[in-house]
Amino acid sequence: MAATTPPTTTPRPAHEIPGYGTPYRKRRITTGAVIRETLYYGILIVFGAIFLLPFLWSVSTSLKPDSQVFTDPIQWIPTSITFDQYRQAFETVPFGRYFLNTFLIAGIGVASNLLLGSLAGFAFALLNFPARTILFRVLLSSMMIPGVVTLIPTYIILRSFPLFGGNDIVGQGGLGLLNTLAGVILPGAAGVFAVFLMRQFFLTLPSDLGEAARLDGASEMRIFWQIYLPLCKPALATLAIFTFQAGWNAFLFPLVVLNDPDLATVQMGLAAFTYNNSTDFGPLMAASVITTLPMIALYVYAQRYFNQGIAFTGNK
Amino acid sequence: MAQVAAPTPTPGQPSALTGQPGSDPTARTGQNARYGRVQARMGLVFVSPVLILFSIFVILPAFAALYLSFTDYDILTPPEWVGLENYRRLLTDTLFHRSFQNILLYSAMYVPVMLILSILLAMALNRKRPGVTLFRAIYYLPVVTSPVAAATVWVWLLNRDFGVVNQLLAYVGIDGPAWLANTQTALISVVIVTLWQGIGGNMIIYLAGLQGVPQDLVEAARLDGASRLQVFRDVTWPMLRTTTLFVLTVTLIGAFQLFDQAYVMTQGGPGYATLTPVYRIYQAGFTRLDMGYASSQALILFIVILAVTLIQLRINREQIYI
Repeated sequence: MAATTPPTTTPRPAHEIPGYGTPYRKRRITTGAVIRETLYYGILIVFGAIFLLPFLWSVSTSLKPDSQVFTDPIQWIPTSITFDQYRQAFETVPFGRYFLNTFLIAGIGVASNLLLGSLAGFAFALLNFPARTILFRVLLSSMMIPGVVTLIPTYIILRSFPLFGGNDIVGQGGLGLLNTLAGVILPGAAGVFAVFLMRQFFLTLPSDLGEAARLDGASEMRIFWQIYLPLCKPALATLAIFTFQAGWNAFLFPLVVLNDPDLATVQMGLAAFTYNNSTDFGPLMAASVITTLPMIALYVYAQRYFNQGIAFTGNK
Repeated sequence: MAQVAAPTPTPGQPSALTGQPGSDPTARTGQNARYGRVQARMGLVFVSPVLILFSIFVILPAFAALYLSFTDYDILTPPEWVGLENYRRLLTDTLFHRSFQNILLYSAMYVPVMLILSILLAMALNRKRPGVTLFRAIYYLPVVTSPVAAATVWVWLLNRDFGVVNQLLAYVGIDGPAWLANTQTALISVVIVTLWQGIGGNMIIYLAGLQGVPQDLVEAARLDGASRLQVFRDVTWPMLRTTTLFVLTVTLIGAFQLFDQAYVMTQGGPGYATLTPVYRIYQAGFTRLDMGYASSQALILFIVILAVTLIQLRINREQIYI
């Protein structure tokens, strides 16, 4: 939205007036200022505590021995630390296996979205081909279709996928791609968001680079792979993180496609664990912590790409 | 969103109209024409994987959903055309009505609080002050957690006897309710959890929007004697209209599709208090294999969401061409 409004139509008179950009208020330490500062940071800290509380409390609970989990008044910090809750969580639910499944789903999803999304984004931004505009518009407007509308037909399409899972050539007789990791990966292998994000990024790159290489006889594939793609690292990093997050945290779609307990994702495992052991809060918190930890680690490691991605969504 | 669809030709970019590479229209040499053909072919090759997947998993399902909504289909026997029967059933399906009531009530609580808190936090953190980056990171942290894990942790926090929330309330002399077991508070609990998880994302979007508000303008208004409140009302808020419209739409669309938290925390209960449309669609389609009927519910939900989106696009367009 904001991206297409004519830039710099807003008057910026203060720029031209000398002496404006400088601070107009000298900071003096007054009682009012002290109260304001205290209030400002006080409010930030109260909100911070609310946002952090669930994290801290789940970690605290997960490290307690059973006897300290259910106490009244509550015990904020465990007096002795034990990993029993984690052991019990892993013994009840095969989280190791679920981790592997989820890493495969999220990881392959990232790889295919980066590759196919940037290929298509490059073409939509920098190559001329028939029906380019109309195809892109169709892709973009499909973002208005909520996932729940396509959920049931997608399930049926996966079930009748020809020549897979015991199906014949017309997709009858077996379960198709249901109950396979491929069935979860394939429908999201090239999301419209990936194409859109990459196209917007390629549009910011100069087209002369490609023209020069073209005159030198480079193929389009080479121009894409060797000239443009290396310039896309920030966009690719953002896309990778968002795709991974979506894959790691997805719940409803894997729940529908995967019936085999051996193929379940961490989110499915955690939900089933919550459903079956609704009062075993020690192991439940341990399971929640290990389910969340990979995303937290990724966030801490790559925080600026998260912020760029969100800002991009906001500026559509 | 739709505005972006119009390709914005950058200088030096091949024109989409002529199909000619390069910006010089006089250079129609044989070599250039050959480049054009190669580009046209490679362009189609490059987009074809996306288009194939898109046709199979978006276009086909969208039309199939429409078709299925007019059929009786249990996946084991071929679909049977029943005309408007599914939609007729929806008219008298009290649980379907209940799910929409719930989601409207949920949105009425969730959306305003979400907007107010995310804009306030964004304004508080849109300053160059020590610690601001840390607070941004802390407020955003819940966004990266999964809805399932967040719901699980909050079930424990909202526990009647040993939960942190009720213990904290007890400090100030309030006897907290059995949040999730009580029909009065179950939906509020879901509101709390989803707010906790969603505010950080919208806060970042508002922070990006606030970057577009010229600081000089704010300072000039302050110099002219306007109070902070007046500056917000007359300068900041009007300039955030596009951002607000976007946040409002996306938040509302997301709210209408609530599922994960309702599934994990309360299984739609107690007494259908947290039953949502997506939950109903899931139950109809995958626990009762009533896929035709489930599709008709999905289509109704789609129409509601589409209406919200179109209203937003309409307002946005009016605003841009004012």
